[in-house]
Amino acid sequence: MTTLYWEEEIETLPRAGLESIQLHRLRRLVARVYAKVEPYRRKMDAAGIRPDDITTLADLQRLPFTYKDDLRDNYPFGLFTVPLEEVVRVHASSGTTGKPTVVGYTKKDIETWADLMARAMTCAGAHKGDIVHNAYGYGLFTGGLGAHYGAERLGAAVIPVSGGNTKRQITIMQDFGSTVLMSTPSYALNLADTMGAMGVDPATLSLRVGIFGAEPWSENMREEVEKKLNIKAVDIYGLSEVIGPGVAMECLNPSGGMHVFEDHFLPEIIDPDTGEVLPSGEIGELVFTTLTKEAFPVIRYRTKDISRLFYETCSCGRTLVRMEKVTGRTDDMLIIRGVNVFPSQVEHVLVGIEGVEPHYQIVVEREGNLDTMQVLVEVSEQIFSDEIRVLENLAKKIQTEIKDLLGVTCTVKLVEPKTIQRSEGKAQRVIDKRRL
Amino acid sequence: MRVEQIAVFLENKSGRLAEITAILADNDINIRALSVADTADFGILRLIVDKVELAKQVLKANGFTVGKTNVLAVEVPDRTGGLATVLKSIHEARLNVEYMYAFVNKTGENAVLIFRFEEMDKAIASLQEAGFTLLTGEQICAL
Repeated sequence: MTTLYWEEEIETLPRAGLESIQLHRLRRLVARVYAKVEPYRRKMDAAGIRPDDITTLADLQRLPFTYKDDLRDNYPFGLFTVPLEEVVRVHASSGTTGKPTVVGYTKKDIETWADLMARAMTCAGAHKGDIVHNAYGYGLFTGGLGAHYGAERLGAAVIPVSGGNTKRQITIMQDFGSTVLMSTPSYALNLADTMGAMGVDPATLSLRVGIFGAEPWSENMREEVEKKLNIKAVDIYGLSEVIGPGVAMECLNPSGGMHVFEDHFLPEIIDPDTGEVLPSGEIGELVFTTLTKEAFPVIRYRTKDISRLFYETCSCGRTLVRMEKVTGRTDDMLIIRGVNVFPSQVEHVLVGIEGVEPHYQIVVEREGNLDTMQVLVEVSEQIFSDEIRVLENLAKKIQTEIKDLLGVTCTVKLVEPKTIQRSEGKAQRVIDKRRL
Repeated sequence: MRVEQIAVFLENKSGRLAEITAILADNDINIRALSVADTADFGILRLIVDKVELAKQVLKANGFTVGKTNVLAVEVPDRTGGLATVLKSIHEARLNVEYMYAFVNKTGENAVLIFRFEEMDKAIASLQEAGFTLLTGEQICAL
């Protein structure tokens, strides 16, 4: 039986009611953080604002931002608001540069998170009785355990298969009858390709829906995954600094966007350069304040994710604000000869060309004072030809379309299949060899 | 009259050709003719072999991108001007050659010219009309 909502009352609450809950929780949060965490207190004092000054939701804008660097500077537990004996779990981000960022959860945080993940999965039509194939990595990464606890809370049967060992995963899908796939979108494509190589027809599997997140992906990639795996693909949003997956979730309604669970996470869209809050509907950097977290709350955390908020009620009945699919990050944005380039834009071009697989890598180098961008594209059977001219024309077409869309000239290198490393989690799309 | 040829995508990396020929040898596949077309970044290896389907299958299984196309094999006497007479006829028929390569058979009496044309049907008709012998795949393998 499919239930429409997990917590119907809060998910369909009129805005006035929701805002009153948000304000109450915000005031309580700011008071607690100010009292307990020295780095936050110092920042607020420097900005000349005290907890009592927060009397409306708009006063949120007066609070200082929290950056990833603040988390690093207070490594590992400096921003926790509770003593360690109340912490029951820690997670950490991989930390590609410098120290990882560490987050903690109380028992109640873990319960809240499980409920939010169950809420998210319900959005995607998952229910008790489903067999959830959880291919998010288990470990310090929040994806695996976050999805796991949510699926259990939902009452589904969860297969904690984690990432990797792709052929075995497909056998498990066949034998166990997995109905819901949870993974990164790039790993879903890897699964689809491996099925192809194994001669497994996705139509013979029981998979119905895929809940994909943890990396930006384009609409074209969604179509590709849906077609190749014969499922509905929906987007889940989250980040460990806020809680992990389960911050926002797409419903099955085609009008699009992810419902932000704003009774727990207060979103803002700001201009990443000036820090100004942008009017509703404008594109900018997403900022979150956690309203209910105990061990590791954040105030105005700069996600570096680029999105847009829209407040119209969804036809699914949820009143929760929706955020647009994240199309890029302010930090995976490459600046090539002064032009901003997002890997997702390159992907958009590639999957738009008939037969081209979205297995690609962008290599950026600097020759003299000039940045060069090379796009590696795998030659699949669909695009291969015995004629040099046809392949050269294809490379030229990709080059032209990238130039048209991005305004950057790149070189396109055709490579043999499977030479670009397959995603076992987050795909590495960019290799930046510049020493800036 | 068409001969099946397999084509393999190659990055310009050392050892790739050796790898392919070793795979074919391991599977007891005999190469009758081959050519490599290359650019600065990549190459295309074109092969005429005795076991086309098996060759395609084993190369694919080893991770190569493999395609199959039809080409024409024209047999000419191996003497001065042999190629020229064919090309003259092709030119007069206004046929566009995508690519070609050639080999000499064991006895050394005849040469075999492999052609890929833009318009294959028209090419077959014109070459036959001009009296040239077109070989089948089996005939090539039997040479």
